[in-house]
Amino acid sequence: MKLFVCVNQVPDTETKVKVGQDGKTIDRSEINLILNPYDEFAIEAALQLKDKFGGEVTYVSAGGDSHKEVIRKSLAMGGDKGIHIKTDSAGDSYSTAAILASALKDSGADIIFFGKQSIDYDDSAVGTMVAEMLGLPSASVVVKIDADEGAKKVICEREVEGGKETVELSLPCVITAQKGLNEPRYPSLKGIMAAKSKPIQEISAAPAEPLTEVIGMRKPAAKQGGRILGTDKSAVPELVRLLHEEAKVI
Amino acid sequence: MVQFGGVDYFNIESLLSAEEKLVRDTVRDFVSNEVIPIIEKHYREGTFPSHLIRKMGELGLLGPTLPAKYGCAEMNNMSYGLIMQELERGDSSIRSFASVQSGLVMYPIFTFGSEAQKDHWLPKLASGEAVGCFGLTEPDFGSNPGGMKTRAEKKEGRYVLNGAKMWITNGTVADVAVVWAKLDGKVRGFLVEKGTKGFTAPEMKGKHSLRASVTSELVFQDCEIPEENILPGSSGLKSPLMCLDQARYGIAWGAMGSAMACYDAALNYAKSRVQFDKPIAAFQITQEKLVYMLTEITKGQLLVHQLGRLKDQGKQKAVQISMAKRNNVHVALEIARLARTVLGANGILDEYPVMRHMANLESVYTYEGTHDIHTLIIGADITGLPAFN
Repeated sequence: MKLFVCVNQVPDTETKVKVGQDGKTIDRSEINLILNPYDEFAIEAALQLKDKFGGEVTYVSAGGDSHKEVIRKSLAMGGDKGIHIKTDSAGDSYSTAAILASALKDSGADIIFFGKQSIDYDDSAVGTMVAEMLGLPSASVVVKIDADEGAKKVICEREVEGGKETVELSLPCVITAQKGLNEPRYPSLKGIMAAKSKPIQEISAAPAEPLTEVIGMRKPAAKQGGRILGTDKSAVPELVRLLHEEAKVI
Repeated sequence: MVQFGGVDYFNIESLLSAEEKLVRDTVRDFVSNEVIPIIEKHYREGTFPSHLIRKMGELGLLGPTLPAKYGCAEMNNMSYGLIMQELERGDSSIRSFASVQSGLVMYPIFTFGSEAQKDHWLPKLASGEAVGCFGLTEPDFGSNPGGMKTRAEKKEGRYVLNGAKMWITNGTVADVAVVWAKLDGKVRGFLVEKGTKGFTAPEMKGKHSLRASVTSELVFQDCEIPEENILPGSSGLKSPLMCLDQARYGIAWGAMGSAMACYDAALNYAKSRVQFDKPIAAFQITQEKLVYMLTEITKGQLLVHQLGRLKDQGKQKAVQISMAKRNNVHVALEIARLARTVLGANGILDEYPVMRHMANLESVYTYEGTHDIHTLIIGADITGLPAFN
């Protein structure tokens, strides 16, 4: 199988985000960047399919030079090669999807994997946009994959509100991975050493204009302290009233 | 629970290569996911989490610096140090296991062993299929191993071992013991396989420290081993001491892992524990403790970082390893004790890792060359006046 995984680099989940001086971007000066956690499920899914059916796994990432680090980490988990689409412009989900789609359109991929979302801007959009741009079927938020290489199809289970939906897709297709799909492997020390000699091809990005523009970014208001209404059951009616009328959660 | 993000006040991270960071992150995740959730139970029950051995093998944490042809990762010494640091953030027992397997079993087999011994044992030890132990210390010879009483005699194409070893990590569970014994008055290394007649390895009980580690005696009574089980390249006491240098190097790194875990626990506790209407972290006396901890961790990190770079260039000296081991374990123990005071009464509970690290570090302070012996090693080096021979 010819498998592709699109991987992204995002701020560490522990990062205390600061808004940059321009008020439109985050200050990246003291940020530790990591492989997008949902992409790890996508990588593991691709590696498992390769283990089962053979073939090759290629990682694709669009961004600045630092994106090579996430390709390298992905290669340390397994797989064969990387493609770094070099672009320094921030863009939006649309332009990112356009850049990826352009690089993938003649790839001959059987399946293109994504994490279901990147944990920086949380749009959950790029994977399905790429599918649309390439005219491929897609399944998002996938928690189970059964592939049938001979019949050229996959059956995926995806999360929907309150339950699961089972969908069948013909290959080639796009799948975005949700937590629970698998247990991503650790990059082993041998894998890390082997990754050093796996090829990463650098290509330039196709021109793509974003459709949206960030005009402002701000942090949420600081949390207010809690209120103690009482310490025994006499406080319950007031608690219920406030939850209903003020917090509007019940 | 918040994932541990490391302690790095001086951006030492920027001195690491991409591979070194990946290695560190892999082991950090492994420890957060596989060690920390289960270690208190094993510590309480006094059992080693043996299911982790194969997992450590799969990750390549056993003998990571040895050549790829033996199934090892061929990493540099810096990466080895980072592995030890992260493992000991989980527990000194886990780091001790990996230290012994890597530095005290695989290293001597690789360095002093025959091709047949290397081909037979190293792949199994690297994968975790086999466990090894290292028998040097004896009941009456700790700091002075040269006085050892264990003897080997050559007899009809075999060696016969007699004597006893004590304080041997992994002894009871080991498939192979690297045993140091005097042959015609000279210290030599021998491989003794589990189940060999005349060889027993009873577990030592009653430890208040390193409770998640197996510590054993090794007893040899007319224990006969084949002639080919001698380590042919071993020659005198300097051979086991070379092994100890490997292990001490890892301990110097590992102690920083324990120290970071204790500092992290103390800092988080101090920020959330409220007394007199404010977090105790707002009190100057608590801040002084936290600042001391962080400063000593930073100094210790820089010490092992430079030691690692020297070792990768083959320029490290044994006395430098002594200084790193001596300093880092000492400050780690001080940090653990201070962290315990920050946590107050909660510090004694196993809900927090602090008391466990503190009790473990009491062993680490003493094993692999006591704090005092390392003092005398450095003292002899700088004065030219050895306090012991």
